[in-house]
Amino acid sequence: MKNITKLYPGVKALDNVNLEVARGEVHALVGENGAGKSTLMNVLSGTIPYGEYTGSILYDGKECQFRNINDSEKLGIVIIHQELALVPELSIGENMFLGNERKGKMGIDWDETYSQATKHLKDVGLKDKATTLIKDIGTGKQQLVEIAKALSKNVKLLILDEPTSSLNEEDSKMLLDMLLKFKTEGMTSIIISHKLSEVAYVADKITVLRDGATIETIDNSGHNIDEDRIIKGMVGRELTERFPARERKIRDDVVMEVKNWSVHHPVYTEKTVVNNVSFKLHKGEIIGFSGLQGAGRTELAMSLFGRSYGSNISGKEFLNGKEVHLHTEREAIENGLAYVTEDRKTNGLVLIDTIARNNTMARLEKVCNKYGIIDVPMENKIAEDYKKAMNTKTPTVQQHVGNLSGGNQQKVLLSKWMFADPEVLILDEPTRGIDVGAKYEIYCIMNDMVNKGKSVIMISSELPELLGMCDRIYVMNEGNLVGQFSAEEATQEKIMGAILKGGKEPVNERKEA
Amino acid sequence: MKVSGFVKKYTMTIALVVVFVFFTMLTKGKLVYAQNISNLLLQNAYVLVMACGMLLCILTGGNVDLSVGSTLCLVGAVAAQLMDKNNMGALPTVLIAMAIAVVIGIWQGFWIGYVHIPPFICTLAGMFLFRGLARVVLAAKTVNISNEAFLNTFISYINVPGLDTKEAHLSAIVVGAIVSVLLLVFTVINRAKRAKKGYDQEAAPIAFAKIIIADALIMVYCVKLSQYKGIPVMLLWILLVVLIFAFITSKTAFGRYFYAVGGNEKATKLSGIDPRKVYFWAYCLMSILAGFSGLLVAARIGSVDGSMGNSYEMDAIGSCFIGGASAYGGSGSVMGIMIGAVLLGVINQGMSIYGLPDEWQYVVKGAVLLVAVIFDVVSNHKTGKA
Repeated sequence: MKNITKLYPGVKALDNVNLEVARGEVHALVGENGAGKSTLMNVLSGTIPYGEYTGSILYDGKECQFRNINDSEKLGIVIIHQELALVPELSIGENMFLGNERKGKMGIDWDETYSQATKHLKDVGLKDKATTLIKDIGTGKQQLVEIAKALSKNVKLLILDEPTSSLNEEDSKMLLDMLLKFKTEGMTSIIISHKLSEVAYVADKITVLRDGATIETIDNSGHNIDEDRIIKGMVGRELTERFPARERKIRDDVVMEVKNWSVHHPVYTEKTVVNNVSFKLHKGEIIGFSGLQGAGRTELAMSLFGRSYGSNISGKEFLNGKEVHLHTEREAIENGLAYVTEDRKTNGLVLIDTIARNNTMARLEKVCNKYGIIDVPMENKIAEDYKKAMNTKTPTVQQHVGNLSGGNQQKVLLSKWMFADPEVLILDEPTRGIDVGAKYEIYCIMNDMVNKGKSVIMISSELPELLGMCDRIYVMNEGNLVGQFSAEEATQEKIMGAILKGGKEPVNERKEA
Repeated sequence: MKVSGFVKKYTMTIALVVVFVFFTMLTKGKLVYAQNISNLLLQNAYVLVMACGMLLCILTGGNVDLSVGSTLCLVGAVAAQLMDKNNMGALPTVLIAMAIAVVIGIWQGFWIGYVHIPPFICTLAGMFLFRGLARVVLAAKTVNISNEAFLNTFISYINVPGLDTKEAHLSAIVVGAIVSVLLLVFTVINRAKRAKKGYDQEAAPIAFAKIIIADALIMVYCVKLSQYKGIPVMLLWILLVVLIFAFITSKTAFGRYFYAVGGNEKATKLSGIDPRKVYFWAYCLMSILAGFSGLLVAARIGSVDGSMGNSYEMDAIGSCFIGGASAYGGSGSVMGIMIGAVLLGVINQGMSIYGLPDEWQYVVKGAVLLVAVIFDVVSNHKTGKA
């Protein structure tokens, strides 16, 4: 790709970008949010058609002008977007050949469809039947189905946009190993990722993008590159500490305690999702919840937050030593809880509304007089203050949240819940899909909170981040609490060990940290 | 502001002006006769009032209320029968009729909000139910309304002795002048307050240009009113409803919830707002406004029959979409839908004065609605992507 420039109204998303990928290599694209990685890949795959950008694409030495995705797929270039494009109500096989149906003499040849689908499923190591519906398999497997789908299109160049952002470590590893396997079979791939350890593991070459321009291409044929070396290129400065230091001021007061908490699935009520979980949270403490996808961490948090998830909830919830019965989200908020969702787009923000209006949503009464009349200028001023405090990148707080990048959306979501002024802030995957710089800023905000005597519960699938931030880490597996570690004793190995051994002998609140 | 931005922001206002000028020329000026200007809003009173409620329903997620035409008829029928058969006075009649509207509102709000019956189906059922009940109440006849007090409450004109004569109703001009001045004073005070607190605000020339245009329009309108019978009481009722709803939707927390639910229901629920209540109130208030429109329409026609209010729901829904309410919910303003309703009213009246056959009037209305929504979707699509 040569001299690619793409303009959005008011923004130069790509500025004379050059990218060279050799046949049969795994090439990683890294950069902060909004650096232009996804845009560049959309140009390459024809999602952004020829004519809307300037510059040229050379593929196998020939200049290409893709008008749409079909044009690029004919040449074997397939892109898998961060948000998966699968239809939940259709089967794996149907999804795989969607828009590319195996036609027989009369309509679709289903035997052919499913036998082909099964073959490709085998290639990606999935044992599920091709007739299984997409909604019945987990996100990790769905990602694999996307890859199988790409294989069915005779892919030669596979583009993956943050394939592992919603996967746990185990599934991620599997996916990366698969890419390495395909590499030996001659396939070329371009992978966009924020997880630098993965990049170091899988990529032969790493190209760093910053503010819409190529900064450098680093050779990583030895797969031993230093992560800090990549970060330096991404942010243009050296982040000496990935996690900001914090003076630990944990007090003895228990701000939140949960005893024997059990939750059942809201639809399949006989299924236990959280089983007999007990934990404590002190004032000024950050505790972490580790575990695989589906371990019940989100479900635990949401059920504690005014029973916003689950059925047949049993157990006791104490705030500041007093037992509370929180039946609605409103009661939870009024009692000083805040739950920052892992899925900001679906559960967190009103994307078609402005930053200012999202900011005050959870505690609108704070900008209202006693008759419920909103003081709009005050609301805007508050949003401005948060914008400054959080370093949210937006020209004005009247901007619609949907127009912001992921990291900035996350900051708006955090602002919204900080404004609610909680005692206990529950953060569910607070740094998912955002860049290193923004992550660091979010860690700083967490530290700020606890310095002010608040407490934080952090759910995360990234072990380094839990280890770097938490005072204590609880480990969950299949709805059970299977381990608890203090910051000093916790290591990645111990936590992974607890997860893998877990489920057999549930441990509950073994000792005080 | 750039020209393109200006056109985009005020599309419907510009369209209204264009359509108005077009029909004024087409009817050789008849459209701007004092009588026609005065009647423009009165004829569309029910649309203006019901569009306010419909906006709430549409905000919750593009949902509509199909039953309003029937509710309007039922409430009108009850009022007519109470006065005709039972010789009841105007006040108790209005109270009982409005109580029925409230009951209908609770009925629909409950099923839609708390039992999660899809609004389309629930209100479709209501459309049949209330239409049937209205005919039962009327015993399939046309019932005349002759109660003077009732009629005066809704369709008389304000007449100040000494100020107003048969030829010139000066009270309209006086009121117009007072409103214009108050508007100007209020703007100045408000700007001063905001400046003092250091809040951002619109540049002074733009803000004052807007106010001066609004004042000019008010004065022209009031002069026209003064040339034909003066200020109609019904206009005051319309203004009351519209101002209350404009206030609720733009200034109160209660109003904000409708936008939040329509924008993202899950996020709203997790923010501690109960979407069930929001749905309940949208449909409850809608029915109350439909009932109130029933009184207005019954008084204006002077009688009620079983087909009163047929397809009125479509006028209310149409005004909302023409006025820029999003078909997916979450955005739209009372000001916008009022412009939509007036636009529809001008087209209606212009076509009637011109003498376009009924069948063609439908074609034109349909085309206008489609064009308005296409415009909305296409322009949102473009800006949404960038």
